[in-house]
Amino acid sequence: MNAKKWDKISTLTLYTIAGIIVMILATLLIYILVQGLPHVSWHFLTTPAKAFQSGGGISIQLFNSFYLLILSMLISVPLALGAGIWLSEYAPNNWLTSVIRTAIEILSSLPSIVVGLFGFLVFVVQCHLGFSILSGALALTIFNLPLLTRNIEDALRSVDAAQREAGLALGLSRWETVVHVVIPAALPGILTGIILCAGRVFGEAAALIFTAGQSAPPLDFTNWNPFKITSPLNPMRPAETLAVHIWKINAEGIMPDAEAVSAGSSAVLVLAVLIFNIIARWVGNHIYRKMTAK
Amino acid sequence: MTKQPILTADNVHLFYGEFEALHGISLSFFKNEITALIGPSGCGKSTFLRTLNRMNDLIPHVKITGTIKKEGQDIYAPSMDVTQLRKEVGMVFQQPNPFPFSIYDNVVYGLRLAGVRDKQVLDQAVETSLKQAAVWDDVKDKLHKSALALSGGQQQRVCIARVLAVHPDIILMDEPTSALDPISSSKVEDVLVELRQQYTIIIVTHNMQQASRISDRTAFFLQGDLIEYNQTKAIFLNPQQQATEDYLSGRFG
Repeated sequence: MNAKKWDKISTLTLYTIAGIIVMILATLLIYILVQGLPHVSWHFLTTPAKAFQSGGGISIQLFNSFYLLILSMLISVPLALGAGIWLSEYAPNNWLTSVIRTAIEILSSLPSIVVGLFGFLVFVVQCHLGFSILSGALALTIFNLPLLTRNIEDALRSVDAAQREAGLALGLSRWETVVHVVIPAALPGILTGIILCAGRVFGEAAALIFTAGQSAPPLDFTNWNPFKITSPLNPMRPAETLAVHIWKINAEGIMPDAEAVSAGSSAVLVLAVLIFNIIARWVGNHIYRKMTAK
Repeated sequence: MTKQPILTADNVHLFYGEFEALHGISLSFFKNEITALIGPSGCGKSTFLRTLNRMNDLIPHVKITGTIKKEGQDIYAPSMDVTQLRKEVGMVFQQPNPFPFSIYDNVVYGLRLAGVRDKQVLDQAVETSLKQAAVWDDVKDKLHKSALALSGGQQQRVCIARVLAVHPDIILMDEPTSALDPISSSKVEDVLVELRQQYTIIIVTHNMQQASRISDRTAFFLQGDLIEYNQTKAIFLNPQQQATEDYLSGRFG
């Protein structure tokens, strides 16, 4: 066999592998959508769930998912950004830094149910936050931080050292160089990291079962005072998310149309993640283009 | 020599950990002159250049002894504001390194961060600096396009304009043309000769023809030592040291 033949064979193999992966993903996606979309309607999206009768919707769960996503991102993005900047720009190359890096790596492989139980013990019980959106958001932050930090650090590191030198040589301080040169240059990578984490958070159930809770008390969508218990914005109310809802009705759903609700919810979940990704990418590209004048 | 030096290095030693890269360099630079630092790879000329705006500070385990004075002020004194020093002593690098922003934003970067907001002032600075760097005609119609879309030579001249916009006294250049094609290189050389009227330029170069064409004085470095320093003409026509002569006639390096 000569090199040319091997080249052909390996190219073909790579194409096959890529094809299989795309097929698996496409099959899954099509299956979920075909099963679920027929049950999705405006009514389904805007009606609260019903525990014993058929005809319930997912309005509260859907809202909870988005609210929890935003809240957990508000907490975790600044933290991860700070940690990522420190690791990539300031951390000295010594044993302490490598211990921190290893710890982050270990944390990122923590099973989410463990994060959930940890969140339950610390936030729900010890901090008396109860089953609440806040507990859930904090648990998700722990779930999120390692990967997000890693992503941001990698994005910052991939910015050419020559860019930093250019900034410093212009008389920018180290901090100004980071803020005005490195972060803008790394923005596409940082956004990708945030989007990936947002998708993970949106679909996460195990970490939330014992923190944000499994109940979705009725909400009054006309009351936006975050201190009222029926207000959608109240961070101290228990909040079952879409992913937890899917898990729950499959485990113990007793409504007659449980299967349909589950399929519909799954389709909505997948679509929501998809739409979220597309919008986030579009916004990211727009900001980047505006900044880099491409 | 009646001229007052603008920048004086006195017995500068530099260590990377245990390794001594510069063995006591003493050298004076004069206002409105181009000084070329030449020598084979690894001779310490770039390292020395980077001591002059304290870019070596960024590398861990670097130790520098001796003094470097800019107009009488010790630039390694604890009271020295390094960011201010780097505004006064600008630097152009070997690889063109424009920021991934528009040409306009690249040029006004230093000014904006210094707090200049007036659009008229910024516009004026962009035009003046780009003209000084002889790249205005190339880019005047696409100031708001990305600087990364330019050719290497244009990028390098935009980088020079970016330095000029903050009005340094001294410009350090670390092999600014070695990544460029001959035509771009000669354009950059023309720019340097023009800039000499207003700025003091210190340039590291591998290219001996370049040193002989544009510089007023030349310093020859070898293995961390300054071997010879004189008027460029004298160095090239009548070198005093055997090593200088050997290097200039291409016997090594």
